[in-house]
Amino acid sequence: MKTHNLVLRINGEDRQVTVRSADTLLYTLRGRLGLTGSKPGCLNGDCGACTVNVDGWPMKSCLMLAVEAQGKEITTVEGLHDAPIQKAFVEHFAFQCGYCTPGFIMNCHSLVNNHPGADDKKIKEWLESNICRCTGYAEIEAAVKEVLGKKS
Amino acid sequence: MISFDFDYLTPTTMQEAAELFQRLDQEGKSPYYYSGGTELITLGRLNMAYSEAVIDLKNIPECHAHGLSGDFLVQGSALSLTAAEVANFFPFLTSVASQVADHTARGKITIGGNICAAIFYREAVLPYLLVDSTVIIAGNKGITAKKMSDAFKEKIQLKKGEFLVQLLTERKWLNAPFIHIKRRQQWQTGYPLITIAALQAEDGLRVGLSGLCPFPFRSAAVEAALNKKEFNREEKIREALKAMPSPILDDVEGSKEYRLFALRNLLEEILNWQEGGFKLENT
Amino acid sequence: MRTVGKSVIRKEAWDKVSGTARYTHDFQFTELLYAKMVTSPFGHAKIISIDTSEAKKMPGVRGVLTGEGLPLIGEAIKDRPPLAFGKVRYHGEPVVIVVADTPALAKKAADKVKIQYEQLPVVNSPAQAFQKGAPLVHEQLGKYKKDEDSYPVPGTNIATHLKIRKGDLTNFWKDVEFTVEGRYSFNPSDHVAMETRCSIAEITREGRILITTSSQAPFMAKRLISQYFNEPEGNIEVHTPLVGGAYGGKASVQLEVLAYLSSKAVGGRPVKLWNSREEDMITSPCHIGLDAKIKFGADRNGKIRAAEILFLWDGGAYSDKAIDLTRAGATDCTGPYGIENVWCDSFCMYTNHPYPAPFRGFSHSELSFAIERTMNLLAEKLKMDPLELRRINAIRPGDLTPTQVKLNKSNVGDLPACITKLKELIKWEEGEVVPVNDRIVKVKGISCSWKTSTIDTNAPSGAILTFNRDGTINLMSGVIEIGTGTKTVLAQILAERLKMDVNHIYVRMEVDTQTTPEHWKTVASRGTFMGGKAVLEAADDVIRQLKDIAACVLRAPIEDLEVADSRVFLRDDPEQGVHFKEICYGYTYPNGNAIGGQIIGRGNYILRGLTHLDPENGKGKPGPEWTVTAHGVEVEFDRKDLTYKLLRAVSVIDIGKVLNEKAAKGQVMGAMSMGLAFAGRETFVMDELGRILNPQLRTYRPLRYGEQPEYMVDFIETPQLDAPYGARGVGEHGLLGMPAALANALSKAIGVPIYHLPLTPELLWRTREGLLR
Ligand SMILES: Cc1cc2nc3c(=O)[nH]c(=O)nc-3n(C[C@H](O)[C@H](O)[C@H](O)COP(=O)(O)OP(=O)(O)OC[C@H]3O[C@@H](n4cnc5c(N)ncnc54)[C@H](O)[C@@H]3O)c2cc1C
Ligand code: FES
Ligand code: FES
Repeated sequence: MKTHNLVLRINGEDRQVTVRSADTLLYTLRGRLGLTGSKPGCLNGDCGACTVNVDGWPMKSCLMLAVEAQGKEITTVEGLHDAPIQKAFVEHFAFQCGYCTPGFIMNCHSLVNNHPGADDKKIKEWLESNICRCTGYAEIEAAVKEVLGKKS
Repeated sequence: MISFDFDYLTPTTMQEAAELFQRLDQEGKSPYYYSGGTELITLGRLNMAYSEAVIDLKNIPECHAHGLSGDFLVQGSALSLTAAEVANFFPFLTSVASQVADHTARGKITIGGNICAAIFYREAVLPYLLVDSTVIIAGNKGITAKKMSDAFKEKIQLKKGEFLVQLLTERKWLNAPFIHIKRRQQWQTGYPLITIAALQAEDGLRVGLSGLCPFPFRSAAVEAALNKKEFNREEKIREALKAMPSPILDDVEGSKEYRLFALRNLLEEILNWQEGGFKLENT
Repeated sequence: MRTVGKSVIRKEAWDKVSGTARYTHDFQFTELLYAKMVTSPFGHAKIISIDTSEAKKMPGVRGVLTGEGLPLIGEAIKDRPPLAFGKVRYHGEPVVIVVADTPALAKKAADKVKIQYEQLPVVNSPAQAFQKGAPLVHEQLGKYKKDEDSYPVPGTNIATHLKIRKGDLTNFWKDVEFTVEGRYSFNPSDHVAMETRCSIAEITREGRILITTSSQAPFMAKRLISQYFNEPEGNIEVHTPLVGGAYGGKASVQLEVLAYLSSKAVGGRPVKLWNSREEDMITSPCHIGLDAKIKFGADRNGKIRAAEILFLWDGGAYSDKAIDLTRAGATDCTGPYGIENVWCDSFCMYTNHPYPAPFRGFSHSELSFAIERTMNLLAEKLKMDPLELRRINAIRPGDLTPTQVKLNKSNVGDLPACITKLKELIKWEEGEVVPVNDRIVKVKGISCSWKTSTIDTNAPSGAILTFNRDGTINLMSGVIEIGTGTKTVLAQILAERLKMDVNHIYVRMEVDTQTTPEHWKTVASRGTFMGGKAVLEAADDVIRQLKDIAACVLRAPIEDLEVADSRVFLRDDPEQGVHFKEICYGYTYPNGNAIGGQIIGRGNYILRGLTHLDPENGKGKPGPEWTVTAHGVEVEFDRKDLTYKLLRAVSVIDIGKVLNEKAAKGQVMGAMSMGLAFAGRETFVMDELGRILNPQLRTYRPLRYGEQPEYMVDFIETPQLDAPYGARGVGEHGLLGMPAALANALSKAIGVPIYHLPLTPELLWRTREGLLR
């Protein structure tokens, strides 16, 4: 089958959508479901702007086909509501243009949930998956550490 | 944006997958085994990969096996690099895998996909090459087992329609002393300039390299030079350098001459590690 | 002050962390068509034939465009066909556009376009372009239309030539006892904004041209499209929502034109043209490269007496903004030093490379690399502390700039103060090289820089204020929110002037050229200065109107009234007053009579006193003020394998006045990070055919988390008297001295002078071993 009628579980809702096999999850979220929070920055797995959570783990949605996402729990930035990491990003000025921000936030969100005790090494291991061209990363570091600090 | 269309198929048995491949190949559909799928997605976008029928191996249980069984560690080819890292049955693999791509991408990239990849670094093969794991291959004619040294020569040697199912690694190797250094063009992210992985076995030092040549390799001649008792350090390195296969890469990550400079230093570090009683942690 | 100086959270913050912030590519609707470019695979080649017949037959294809019959365009010199015609001049140049129903169909059809090329000899560097007998990039250079202050030389690859001739030209080297000379070079690179460029265009039946674009210059897009295609300006409406990073790269007008042409080719239907990362890197304008030769002469005390400077800027295939970049390089050519005799030739060279857009710092980080390396060569020759050498030569009030502007306390910052602060922060007295063990050393390097903003002499900025009925204010300015937080700073400036709560000010984030007052371009760190001046004037306009009505209501003379906390009240009896909400839509008496009316504030600003530069000697006033900076970088260097880690980076900037502390620091740190990545890693790798081998973030790598140093940012506050609250520009300045400071540290580390970027371990190795290619 070259096209599929899928039901995807996104941000706690079942969403029906018709996709080509070749459509990535990123394209489907944005182009088919209007969830434009996830950003395309390279479509090559390099920049992390498209990061969402799949079953709680960070996933570059440009590296996943929509058909692969069936039966999985997908969370996009639109699915966060006043999550601690969002607040920390705001208060620490952890973004400027904001384009990398949804991806960064989804990666950080998964990090603080999966590794509430993450140390510098773990933070670096996770966060080097995303590029922010505006900040020098210092503010992002401060934001993540604040949330981790509150967790532990 | 992949502009071509393909069928997406999800066989649940090895046999089904192999049969599908054969049939689709006969139909001229350029079937493609899909594991993490990152290559099809990223290279397909640039017209550097093509298929009209994608066979996703992720629903085949054997491709997901993960655990100790008898004398072996069994790892399915469709395990993500992250899954292998987190379970950490094989610290050498963990070390190497954890430097491939980036953390998020490793949640999608699979062991089998990396070993069979068209992108020629295939770093994850290095630990398996050095301990000469057994490779389980499925195809139309059933299942075969091969030693990695036979199955991997610069790249995986598969007949049309065959695919990698599992990697079997003898338990005794799982905690052998190893060192792994990934040198990049600059700082700490990116493809390897050179990745070197070494393991101390009873019969001597074993060394594998990725990023030096347009393929990863383990070379008997290089190891012979490094293990030669009569040689002093300088001679070992000199002879090992001479024994390197060709061509040495000369590309955007670094020139051929510079790679050789970096390689010499890396070999020294390996010998330092060996002489120092294998203390140096992996970097 | 109540608002200015505070770290006010940006107005669009929660939209940005929730995914509701919209960028151009996020706009989509069902009738939208998608354009896909077919681009040149070669650096320089003749187009033998273009066959689009198969593409046209593909399902879903609505139009196919080629360069035939299109006018030549370009900002300073009209040298660029929107789509290549006759030949291609750079790898990635757009040749054909296919418009189709979906992105996939457009790409599928684009793949069917067949173009035959015949390769031509490639001009692969500005130095090569400058040589006699070099292949010509533009054979018809003499025939192009051009601006008055561009000076192309037909029959060569020179797109323009700027001259600085200052001081005693006959006894140029008179007082000089020591000279040093260096030749420097680096390739073009890229801005890598995370949002790749995107434009959507539509032409209505009435002929209205509606464009939405990720741009720093929507007003320029409007003007240029009008000019290029003879469309009435009033018919063109350009919208710019939030922009996902720009750094100068989105100040060029390119995709807007292509989207407009695409829409025209399909009968005006809306068409989106969105760059893939690869296209954004090489097809759209890049970051300029440079070949430079610098010679300094000093007396025995270290005072630099004469400077001879040659800049060959890599203008790429088309001159566009490179003409201005070449001029900006000339105006501040000496770096922030008072040098009597200056001779500078700044050439914009055509090459077969992607053409440049402005890049954060507008030629200044580039020229600073060459100048500041030369400063260190001089310090070594004089056996002098490089920091002292800079202090001795620091430009000061009373000095003349290279274009002979006399500096005073207001129009130039305090460089010696920056140097003093730097010295302390980088712990200079520890020494430049501090061994850690027999292999590892810590090494420091420093640099200084300066910058004025060479923008159009008549560049305008405007602001409009309207009220909501609850007395809150809407602020509209043409400044684009590209990430700098300028819109929020403008709200702070307004709140300060009106002495009101900044939360009661609403900022319109989107700019549209029909209803938003023009702000020339959101570039050159001018948003706060010019936009701020306009906002202040609009605030005063509002205050006057509020007081007019309040005077009637309160039956008091205007002079007795005060405005604060959203009220107008009697100065001597603050209890007696009216809230804005009672008067901002007119005041209504109990019986129903109304006076006054809706209050609309307006303000504008135009730069004053700027002049063109004299073509013979460069004399003229290029910009309003000079921000000065001092920088330091410390690395941990491995002497064996020549790898290094960034430990610390320092920027001290005379910012005039800090308006928003965290935002200003964020701007500076971001710029530093970008500067270090440019210095240490980023470059286009080109082959002999002028092809770019690394147009992806996999192989062209900006700084990533964990690679950054510890940042130390400090400010000196020497007010610029005519700026809002004395503030100088700061968006670019953290970047300026980074490449030079890092190069100075690493030159020290390897004990051999470095002349090139990027500073990869391989470059260090080649430099040390004498193996440069
Ligand atoms: C952001 C990023 C960074 C990267 N950096 C690195 C790096 O630093 N080092 C490195 O080594 N690589 C790197 N890569 C390359 C990447 O590791 C390979 O492209 C990837 O490993 C492919 O894994 P996959 O599981 O996605 O494979 P897939 O895309 O599923 O498959 C890759 C190839 O292998 C074949 N294949 C897959 N599974 C099997 C199987 N079981 N049997 C037979 N054939 C099979 C496929 O048909 C295909 O030809 C990077 C990739 C990305 C996206
Ligand atoms: S768009 Fe997915 S990683 Fe860049
Ligand atoms: S905030 Fe602009 S890229 Fe991160």
